Amino acid sequence: MAEQIALEITRYSPERDKTPSMEEFEVPLRKEWVVLDALNYIKDKVDGSLSFRWSCRMGVCGSCGMMVNGEPKLTCATFLNDYAPGPIRVEPLKNFPVMRDLIVEISDFLAKLSKVKPWLIRKKEKPISEGEYLQTPEELDSYRQFSMCINCLLCYAACPVYGLDPLFAGPAALALAQRYNMDSRDEGKSERLDVLSQHDGIWGCTFVGECTQVCPKHVDPAGAIQQYKLTAAQEWVKSLLMPWGGK
Amino acid sequence: MLRYTEYPPRGYRVRVSTYWWTGRRAYLRFILRELSSIFVAWFVLETLFQINALAGGPSAYSDFEQFLRNPVVIASNVISFLFVLFHAVTWFNLSPKAMAVRLGGKRVPAALIAGPNYVAWVLISAGVAWLILRG
Amino acid sequence: MLDLSSHDVLLVGGGAAGLRAAIAVAEINPNLSVAVVSKVYPMRSHTVSAEGGAAGVARQDDSLDEHAYDTISGGDWLPDQDAVEGFVKEAPQELMRLEHWGCPWNREPDGRVAVRPFGGMKKERTWFAADKTGFHLLHTLFQTSLKYNAVARYDEFYATRLLADDGQVQGVVSIELASGKVQAITAKAVILCTGGCGRVFPFTTNAAIKTGDGMALAYRAGAPLKDMEFVQYHPTGLPFTGILITEAARAEGGYMLNKDGYRYLQDYNLGKPHPQPVLRSMELGPRDRLSQAFVKEYEKGRTIEGPYGAVVHLDLRHLGEKKINAKLPFVRELCLKYENLDPVKELIPVRPVVHYMMGGVHTDPDGATPLKGLYAAGEAACVSINGANRLGSNSLTECLVFGARAGRAAAQFASVQRAPERHLLAQAVDEEARLQDRFLQKSGGRERLSNIRDEMQQTMEQSAGIYRSRESLEQAAEKLSELQERFQDAGLDDRSHAFNTELIAALELSCMLDVAESIIHSALHRTESRGAHQRTDFPVRDDEKFLAHSLVTRCPDGTPEVTYAPVTITRWPPAERVYGK
Repeated sequence: MAEQIALEITRYSPERDKTPSMEEFEVPLRKEWVVLDALNYIKDKVDGSLSFRWSCRMGVCGSCGMMVNGEPKLTCATFLNDYAPGPIRVEPLKNFPVMRDLIVEISDFLAKLSKVKPWLIRKKEKPISEGEYLQTPEELDSYRQFSMCINCLLCYAACPVYGLDPLFAGPAALALAQRYNMDSRDEGKSERLDVLSQHDGIWGCTFVGECTQVCPKHVDPAGAIQQYKLTAAQEWVKSLLMPWGGK
Repeated sequence: MLRYTEYPPRGYRVRVSTYWWTGRRAYLRFILRELSSIFVAWFVLETLFQINALAGGPSAYSDFEQFLRNPVVIASNVISFLFVLFHAVTWFNLSPKAMAVRLGGKRVPAALIAGPNYVAWVLISAGVAWLILRG
Repeated sequence: MLDLSSHDVLLVGGGAAGLRAAIAVAEINPNLSVAVVSKVYPMRSHTVSAEGGAAGVARQDDSLDEHAYDTISGGDWLPDQDAVEGFVKEAPQELMRLEHWGCPWNREPDGRVAVRPFGGMKKERTWFAADKTGFHLLHTLFQTSLKYNAVARYDEFYATRLLADDGQVQGVVSIELASGKVQAITAKAVILCTGGCGRVFPFTTNAAIKTGDGMALAYRAGAPLKDMEFVQYHPTGLPFTGILITEAARAEGGYMLNKDGYRYLQDYNLGKPHPQPVLRSMELGPRDRLSQAFVKEYEKGRTIEGPYGAVVHLDLRHLGEKKINAKLPFVRELCLKYENLDPVKELIPVRPVVHYMMGGVHTDPDGATPLKGLYAAGEAACVSINGANRLGSNSLTECLVFGARAGRAAAQFASVQRAPERHLLAQAVDEEARLQDRFLQKSGGRERLSNIRDEMQQTMEQSAGIYRSRESLEQAAEKLSELQERFQDAGLDDRSHAFNTELIAALELSCMLDVAESIIHSALHRTESRGAHQRTDFPVRDDEKFLAHSLVTRCPDGTPEVTYAPVTITRWPPAERVYGK
């Protein structure tokens, strides 16, 4: 018999259970298997009722974020071998309501994302026939890092501020706002400032920095937020010195 | 159709434990950093009292010095000093995060932004120490 | 109990084609109510995995005719040339529109959008955002769609059937995954943008969600599927995971090597090796030819035996760390994370993997299917611009061009239609009852879903892989009808309602079985070799009989019936496909 490893997995069905509980499964320990492969093995061979989200299995769709031994991880990029001999604890992402087993409710994030206006804002649109808005490779480089967010929400699971105050806009939404703010083609900074400079916006962040640590795409949301705090503070000073409107 | 709202009513919410900050070293460090503001405030107060004593004349100042010699005060000052050091280090390390300086198309490395802060800090501290200790 | 809601235009699928169509509807007539039904949150759609880029003429030395010719010859003269001409003309505009919406395209030093070479393309015309083009394109579209209040969304709703009244499609029945509630969503026009069905094969670059749902919905409602026998194998997938190593890796100068370190493609009529990449030659030949060359190398015993079968090597080492980091960072990341190797220093083991369906729901160049009120766009559709073999970097552009076209056409159609009748609700009630009887309340049921799925996938790989024959296809047809029978006896472990992902897996499997049958029967009837369809028993192209699209329709008893429709030729008469010259 091949080597096995135990997984302790959160089970919860809103129709059946009052509170979540843990269930243990044994799976073969294969060197190329990630946690997601183990979950699929269980669903296919042992218990078809185990529910979780997944899709691309290459770390870009952002579906399969879960807590693995207490750390937020993309389970498609988390090898079983790294946790041998086990057991491995697999739980739904922290700080989100649990809908079923390993599936969490993320519509809160979608509401917040819309709020920060994550799209290019132009005072005047240029007709398509006139070609592109020019942007040098350096200008592209200045925001590219923040455009890499796959919305996997590991950062929300790592953020204690979001856990304590669910109204906080949170790392990914703020980083994406900053992605557009930094884009040389965008002219919507002042529109976004009104939303972002509220208490639930950037000032909610106390710079724990864990969002940046857990980000699988190296987006550095903590950096984005701190940079934006600096901008917002400068805008505030400007508005004090030039109350007649220097925007 | 879905109209997304913040704080959606669906799903089972796990209450955040009061001791959430003990679970992870990074969280503990964060809480200690937040806590350090109390010690910073303590030093500020101490300095204010010192100035007040100075204004009150030699006897008031020697009373103040007497107060500083109290072992409890010495201990609290040592602890406060460590916290203030910690506070300063976290603050300087934050500076490269907040300032994305770009030169020649490349982002200036974090060490080059935090570095001058540390250098200035050491120099000013040395200057202050020289002022106090020379006589 | 059953819910009902109503819209003017309904999108099924929230990837590039679906979101582009939704925005097109919102822009053409803001008074129309448009909704996107998707089984995943739109930013999870499989568009996200596309790496290399999107084709559209961008430079002075290039022309629309050349893009059209590359596409038509790449498709082995099976594409409809009127559709291709429209496609290449609108391609640059659509890509430019994405630029205006904020897509972070790579740039030239002067600030213009940069283009890169790609397989089968004679000129550099592939717009790219590093090697995460699909990801950036999808997120740009998704984030832009958020600013249109007219676009309503049903995220994590699974469409189980089309609602039809007197031959006219008027909405879908869907399951809300979170609650398990069955909901009828009616609309005056429905656009299927559900992507392909790579998951009918065991070894694919396709995400778990690509189960051919839209193709099956249309097929069951009576719409024909077109050119289903043409399945694209991408020559460079990672073994075991099937993760795609983008063609851009070869476009930037990567070599394909056999076990002797020899650039074997020179033995297969693809030109002579040069140190620098040459367009339409060697490693930059079309995908079908490269995948076929792999099989021949395997037969000659010149591939490398790995733990997951035979592989060849992709060599990027000579490109150097700097170039790899600048142009192919995702390739390096994937190799490091999933294969534990560094392409800067090591060879990448690769093999052909199922990547794309040239076939799909039969549409005209405006995305309209023969069923009134039903449209399709993207990989789910077959217009056809891809013919017998799609060129790399045409598919993202196709999603944009034909997504927008279908959106506009559906909006126009919806503007002059009356609202669907309430009696459609009866069909939704029936569907709810079917789901209950068939799955949730069913007693017994001995077959495990995963066994049926695995056997289907193995059958498809063995019988309808890179090379096919009458014998293999007939065996597959028989096996698939056996699996259809056994599926009737499938039982679920999960009988609950909230996020019953096993129920969804069962519904997906039944879609895949139907689509797999359509592939096998189309392949069986095409007794020639063309593009990605290679018959060992009929090794040459037969323009006399098969310069034609296959159309497969479902007979009332469930069996597939194959007929043919002519290919539109405008300016490029069929000729031999020549590469490496």
